[in-house]
Amino acid sequence: MKLTVWTYEGPPHVGAMRVATGMKGLHYVLHAPQGDTYADLLFTMIERRNHRPPVTYTTFQARDLGADTAYLFKDACRQAYERFKPEALIVGASCTAELIQDDPGGLAETMGLPVPVIALDLPSYSRKENFGTDETFYQLVRALAKPMERTARPTANIIGPTGLGFRHRDDVEELTGLLSEMGVDVNVVAPMGATPTDLTRLGAAHFNVLLYPEHAETAARYMEKELGQPFTKTVPIGVNATREFLAEVGEITGLDPKVDESRLRQPWWSKSVDSTYLTGKRVFVFGDATHVKASVRIAREEMGFEVVGLGCYNREFARDIRALGKEIGVPALISDDYLEVEKAIEDASPEMILGTQMERHIGKRLGIPCAVISAPVHVQDFPARYSPQVGFEGANVIFDTWIHPLVMGLEEHLLAMFREDFEFHDEAGPSHHGGHAPRPEERAHTGGQPPAPRDIEEPKSDNLGSDVMVWLADAEKELKKIPFFVRGKAKRNTEKYAAEKGMTQISKDTLYEAKAHYAR
Amino acid sequence: MNKPSNIQSASCADAPVLKERGQREVFCGLTGIIWLHRKMQDAFFLVVGSRTCAHLLQSAAGVMIFAEPRFGTAILEEKDLAGMADAHQELDREVARLLSRRPDIKQLFLVGSCPSEVIKLDLQRAAERLTEEHAPHVRVLNYSGSGIETTFTQGEDACLASMVPGLPKTDARELLLVGALPDVVEDQAIGLLSDMGIGPIRVLPAARADGAPGVGDNTVYALLQPFLGDTDAELSKRGAKAIRAPFPFGEEGTTAWLKAIADEFGVDEATFDRVTAAPRARARKAISQAAEALRGKSVFFFPDSQLEIPLARFLTRECGMEAIEVGAPYIHMGLVRPDLELMPAGPTISEGQDVDLQLDRARAARPDLTVCGLGLANPLEAEGLTTKWAIELVFTPVHFYEQAGDLAGLFSRPVRRKEILAV
Repeated sequence: MKLTVWTYEGPPHVGAMRVATGMKGLHYVLHAPQGDTYADLLFTMIERRNHRPPVTYTTFQARDLGADTAYLFKDACRQAYERFKPEALIVGASCTAELIQDDPGGLAETMGLPVPVIALDLPSYSRKENFGTDETFYQLVRALAKPMERTARPTANIIGPTGLGFRHRDDVEELTGLLSEMGVDVNVVAPMGATPTDLTRLGAAHFNVLLYPEHAETAARYMEKELGQPFTKTVPIGVNATREFLAEVGEITGLDPKVDESRLRQPWWSKSVDSTYLTGKRVFVFGDATHVKASVRIAREEMGFEVVGLGCYNREFARDIRALGKEIGVPALISDDYLEVEKAIEDASPEMILGTQMERHIGKRLGIPCAVISAPVHVQDFPARYSPQVGFEGANVIFDTWIHPLVMGLEEHLLAMFREDFEFHDEAGPSHHGGHAPRPEERAHTGGQPPAPRDIEEPKSDNLGSDVMVWLADAEKELKKIPFFVRGKAKRNTEKYAAEKGMTQISKDTLYEAKAHYAR
Repeated sequence: MNKPSNIQSASCADAPVLKERGQREVFCGLTGIIWLHRKMQDAFFLVVGSRTCAHLLQSAAGVMIFAEPRFGTAILEEKDLAGMADAHQELDREVARLLSRRPDIKQLFLVGSCPSEVIKLDLQRAAERLTEEHAPHVRVLNYSGSGIETTFTQGEDACLASMVPGLPKTDARELLLVGALPDVVEDQAIGLLSDMGIGPIRVLPAARADGAPGVGDNTVYALLQPFLGDTDAELSKRGAKAIRAPFPFGEEGTTAWLKAIADEFGVDEATFDRVTAAPRARARKAISQAAEALRGKSVFFFPDSQLEIPLARFLTRECGMEAIEVGAPYIHMGLVRPDLELMPAGPTISEGQDVDLQLDRARAARPDLTVCGLGLANPLEAEGLTTKWAIELVFTPVHFYEQAGDLAGLFSRPVRRKEILAV
C-alpha cells in the first residue's frame, strides 16, 4: 500500500484507451464498474475530442457481483459490435474487474464475432498507463501486422503517437515533413490515426521511426525481429537530435540526410546577445524519460543552461536516465512520488524547472518558473496553434516556450537596480505575464480566517537552517534587496557557507563572502 | 382541445418512470471528496483503492486547481492482494505516517473503493481500531464511495450518513440543516431563518470536528440536497424529524423550503413575508433577466448529480423551459416527490442509464439544451447540440434566493453563446 496524492500516470487500461482513442475503427470493451467512465473526460475535455472514446464499459454494480458479471460482459461486447461495427475489438479489465476474474479475453473468444478480437492483459496493481499504451499497441501489431513486400519508394512507419499525448498531433506533422524532405514517404502512422486495417500494412515500410519509446518500443522490437524492419534510436527533439536523427535515416535508407534548414531559427536566437542572460541558468528537468533525455541535451548544448537535477517518473526507463545522470554528473531521481520530486527540486533550488504540469505546481509553490516539456497533460498542452516539439520547428517552439516563464535579460537587471519601486518590484513577477493575484496566504491572513492547513508547506527554503543560524538585522535587510528569484539560493548558499565555516551568526559580510565564494 | 383535463393536471409524481440498466456514464461516489475536503477543514479523506481511484480524483478535480489537497489514495499493490502483506497493517502504517505529517487533522475518513469492496477489506473494523489508537486527537470514520455502490453525489450522502451515529445526543429543539454547501450560501440560509426567529440552527457537516451538531428526538432537520437519502434514514434512526419540501433552487423552491421550516417553527405569515419579500423580489428579477434566453426552449437531462429533478422543476416553472427527458441516476421518491409534484406531466422521467440508447433519444429529440456529464458534452456539441456540463451545478453556489439568477445564468450562458458565436 502506498499513499499517493497526485499521480503522474493513470492505470494501464487508460493507456489502452489512449491507443484505442487515437485509432479509428477499433473498439475497446472494458469490463469495469460504474465510475471508471470518468476516463472519457480526459479525451473529451483535456484533449477537446469531438467524439466519445470508442470504449464500451460494462459498468457493473454491487448487485451484479452476486449474479453473472460474465454475462454482462458478453452482452456489452455483442452490443458494442452491433452498434459500432469496428474492424477489430480489444477487450480487457480495469482494476476492479481484474479482481473478479471473468477473463474477458476468453469470454470474447467464445462469441464468434466476425472481426479480430484482441485480449489485453494489463496488470492494474503493478503497472501503469505507459505500460498500457506500449502493451496494447504491441498486442495489436502482433495480431495484425504480417511480413509483406516492401514499397517501391523508401517508406517509414511513424510509431508511438497516441491519444492524449504531449504534442503528438503536431510532432507527427513536423516529422512527416522532415522525412518527406529527405525523400522518405510515410507508410503508416500508428496508433494515432490508423485503422486496424492500416496496421496490417505496417510490414510494407522499409523501417520504423520510433517517435515515443514509452508507447511503442516493444512493438518496434517485435517488428525488427518479425518483419525485418530496423527502427531509429534517436528521438528528433532538439536541433542536434534532429540532425542526428536525419543522419540515422540516411544510414538506413542510403539517402542524403542534408535537408533545408532555413526555417530553423533556434541557433541564432540562442547565439544572439539578448540570450546571454540564459548562460548557466540552473535547471531541474523532470518528466517522461524521452522528453527528459531530449530536454537535458537541449538545455546543455543548445541553451547554455546548467542541469542541476534530472529524473523521470516511468521506471521502465530508469536505466537510461540513470546513465544520463552519471554522464553529466548529476544523480538521477526515478520516482512517481510527487512529494519526493518536490523535495528534490527544493533541495536543488534551480532557477527554472523543465517539467510536467505537476512540476508547474511545485514551481508555483516554490516561486520557481517552470516550462512544461512532457505528459501528464493538461488542457493547456493542447494549443490551437501548430506547436510541435519535434524537428526544426519544434526546436524553435521549445526555445520560445522555455524562455517565456523567465524574467528577461534587461528586466532582470532593472529589478535588481530599482527593487524598491512600488510597481516594478520583485514580487510583481515578469512584466510580460500580466497581473498577479496576491498570494493565498496573504489573503487568508488579512481575511480574518485562519489559514487553511496545507499538505505541502510554503517555500521551506526561507526557514531552512534558521533554527541553528541567526541572521543579523543588517544581513537580513541586505538579503531582502536581492531579487526574489535568486533570494532563496542566496540564503541557502550563505547558510551553507556559514555552516562550513562553523559560524552561527550571519552578518552582511558573511553574505558577501558567500557570494564571492560561490561566484561563477 | 379534447384532452381529458385530469391528464393535464397530473404531475410528474404520477408519471411512469423509465428504468434503464445499461452502460452508465457517471462518476462514482469518490468524486464527492473534491468538495467535502474543502468544506470540512480538519478532515482528511483517505481512499483505500487503486491507481484508478487516484487518477479519477485528480482528473475530476483538475489537478491544476487544487494544489493543497486534504485527500489521498492508499494504492493497493499486488502484495496487498496476494496476501503477502496484511492490508490492515499496511493501512495502519500509512495512517500513522499521514497523521504524524498532518497534526491539524481531527477527522479521518477511510473511504472504500471498488477494489477494497471486492476484496472485502473491512474498513469499519479498521476505523474502530484506528480511532482507538489515535484517540482522543483523531476520530476515524469510514464510508464507501465505490462505483459499485455509489453514484457521484451519493458519496456525500455516504460520508454524512457515516457521521450521524457518532453525533452527540441532545434534547434541545434545534434545526439541523443537512448538506455540504458553500459557506456563502449556508450563511444566507441561516440568516433568513434566524431573521424569522428560528434557532438554534446547526449544520451537518460542520466546518470543524468540534462544531459537530447534536441530534435527538427534538431535532428537526431539512435536507439541502436531494441526494441525501441514507443520511436522512440515519437521522430518523436517531429520532430526528424530517421537514419535507421542494429543494431550495430558484425563488419558488427556496420559498417553499423556507415556508415548510417556518411552519414547523410556528412563524406567522407576516414575519415570513417581511423576511422573504425583498430577496424574493430580487430573485424573481434576476431569474427573469437570466432566463430570457431560455424561455420556450427545450431541455434534456442526462443522469449525473441527482439534482436533475429539482433543477428541471426550476427550469420548467421559473424559466419557461420545456423538459423532454429528466434522467437521474436513481430516484429517491421520498425526497424528490415535492419537486415532482410541482412539475406538470409531460417529460419522460428516467432512472438509471443505457447511455447509447439515451443518446439516441437525445439526438432524435434535438433539445435546445442538453445537461450532461463531461464525457458527453463536447461530443454532443460537435453534433450541433448545446450543452451544459452538469458538474458545474455541483461546484457552484446555486441554492437560495441570491443565487437563483446565477443558477438560471448557468443554463442560459451556453444558449446565449451559441447565439453570439459567428464562426
